[in-house]
Amino acid sequence: MKAEFKKSLLAALWFMFLTFPITVVRVNTIERTVAWRWERLIWIGAATFILSFIWRRLLHRKQTGRREVSAGEVRPPSRWKQMAADPRLKGLALSAAALCFLVIPLLFSWNKTILVTNALIYVVIALGLNIVVGLAGQLVLGYVAFFAVGAYSYALLNYHFAVGFWAALPMGAALAAAFGLLLGFPVLRLRGDYLAIVTLGFGEIIRIVLENWNALSFGPSGIDNIPPPGFFGLALTLRQTHIAIYYLMVALTLLTILVVHRLQHSRIGRSWEALREDETAAQAMGIDTTGAKLSAFALGACWAGMAGVVFAAKQKFINPGNFTIWESILVLCIVVLGGMGSIAGVVLAALVLVILPEALRVFADYRWLLFGALLVLMMVFRPGGLVNARRRAYAFEPSAPEKSERP
Amino acid sequence: MTPLLAIRQLTMDFGGLRALEALDLSIHPAQTVALIGPNGAGKTTLFNCITGIYRPTAGEARLQAADGRSTSLQGLKPNQVTALGICRTFQNIRLFGHMSALENVMIGRHCRTRAGIAGAILRNRRTRDEERQAADDSYRLLTKFGLARHANDPANSLPYGAQRRLEIARAMATEPRLLLLDEPAAGMNAQETQALDRIIVRLREEEGVAILLIEHDMRLVMSLAQRICVVDYGRKIAEGTPAEVRRNPAVIKAYLGEDESMEAHA
Ligand SMILES: Nc1ncnc2c1ncn2[C@@H]1O[C@H](COP(=O)(O)OP(=O)(O)OP(=O)(O)O)[C@@H](O)[C@H]1O
Ligand SMILES: [Mg+2]
Repeated sequence: MKAEFKKSLLAALWFMFLTFPITVVRVNTIERTVAWRWERLIWIGAATFILSFIWRRLLHRKQTGRREVSAGEVRPPSRWKQMAADPRLKGLALSAAALCFLVIPLLFSWNKTILVTNALIYVVIALGLNIVVGLAGQLVLGYVAFFAVGAYSYALLNYHFAVGFWAALPMGAALAAAFGLLLGFPVLRLRGDYLAIVTLGFGEIIRIVLENWNALSFGPSGIDNIPPPGFFGLALTLRQTHIAIYYLMVALTLLTILVVHRLQHSRIGRSWEALREDETAAQAMGIDTTGAKLSAFALGACWAGMAGVVFAAKQKFINPGNFTIWESILVLCIVVLGGMGSIAGVVLAALVLVILPEALRVFADYRWLLFGALLVLMMVFRPGGLVNARRRAYAFEPSAPEKSERP
Repeated sequence: MTPLLAIRQLTMDFGGLRALEALDLSIHPAQTVALIGPNGAGKTTLFNCITGIYRPTAGEARLQAADGRSTSLQGLKPNQVTALGICRTFQNIRLFGHMSALENVMIGRHCRTRAGIAGAILRNRRTRDEERQAADDSYRLLTKFGLARHANDPANSLPYGAQRRLEIARAMATEPRLLLLDEPAAGMNAQETQALDRIIVRLREEEGVAILLIEHDMRLVMSLAQRICVVDYGRKIAEGTPAEVRRNPAVIKAYLGEDESMEAHA
């Protein structure tokens, strides 16, 4: 406690010294005066001291907490864990959440509903990236490219061939999956940082092609008048269309969750996770790593493609500016923040990271700064993400005799 | 009798370093062969060449396939070699740390099961049955290796000796006819080593699996191996029964130093 106090004090003094020239002294060159704003120094000192002290306290608490755990033989599962393990409570929470999403358009304004639609689009994209990054462990940065492929495939197919939304939805997914394979083949041999850099390049290439290939994509001016989805031939007003798209996104999100969950807990999902844990060992244990990687790329990309089709239909207008590197980074932030490989975590993080900045418009300028700070905090205090991916526990009859339990 | 695995004139160069030089080795079905030699002799390199992790510079290994035909392992990928019936453990444990012990073994079942993407999404009857079967088979293997109570624990949370046994269990899940063990007793205490000895004996008797064993623990080697192959600087310097190898002067010189006898070392 005392040491922390001293260290924080030192940090505060040091910071005051460092920022002195830029915060305190202001030279007015016109009136040839120097203004000394000493009160700022006090503010900076106090703020640094408090933040530093809180930071050190938290670190301290984290470390002592860990020591207690390792000292005690068995740790009783926390109340949270017990509650999360109870299937009845889990079912209740899930149905409550589903109900919340169903009544949102009735309770909130049109704009807010659109915002939640946006968030759900990011949920679907992030769940797709979660397959590639969280499960298969392939760090892909240019993921937004697949989103762009989906959006442009609907826009262009509709423009040239008048393909309807419902036909475009699977086609967009398939095209994005095809692009996933296209990206997958050349990067099969790359790991870690190299893979990240190459895929980053891929994302940029797609955007730059869309920006410059005027004959195909109409360049930076984008494509206008993309029709909204038709719902049973009903004539809907603009407002009703948006609400219908909202429910469509809720359904699509549920579908994504179901499919990703099933994939994760299957033979394929296990092979992805083995790939993430140790590629060499996975291959030595008989997993076709080429196939596993390509299937992860394709199945991850197809969700972004599908989300892209809905995005195009919702926006009515798309241009390459919708698909910048920042979208990729946002989606990656969602996956990391939510907890790699955890579906609930990714859903939660997507909702938080998309809705919160809109709700806190005052902070809009500092959005990325706050994301950065949040990620650093996460890495230190909850490296597993918001929701730790829990392993599925298998149950067996205890009658199975345990020979030679003690070696 | 034709050998299960026949290695002919296998050579492996790393740049200027010849890690293996014209090595010959045969392993017959259900036989246990030990591969010994000083550190850096090329033992692990031989495993990596057999399992397709390295491409040998020259020579080849041939496996007598299940249908009796002889197949070359040359140019096969590690997963294809595993599918043919050769599986290994690693000298430095390479488990899938964040997955449970059971899931680690279920990964071993991967190459003997079929369910694809459609099956995973639809969860049809066949997929569910296969999945259940894989979990049951894996659990039975864990029980055999005394690991059942760790079934749902993350592999990296297991005690060291248990992790080594889990590696063998995972390899056995691929139904190998030849099991390659790379220093399975490294880091184990005497008690754990004895338990390992019993497990390996039982594997041999119940599954009829052939074993190629790299081990520095001479007591374990002498008790398990029917034949011993000694390598030094990538060359085979002796091969024979434990009794023969024990008496071989070249082995004593290269492997144990000039002034020690093998008994004293063991
Ligand atoms: N990938 C590689 N690249 C370069 N040299 C290698 C490589 N793998 C092994 N070597 C070299 O080949 C030689 C044999 O190594 P190997 O790992 O096969 O020895 P080992 O007999 O398994 O020894 P130990 O008992 O220490 O495990 C060593 O000199 C090693 O440095
Ligand atoms: Mg070795």
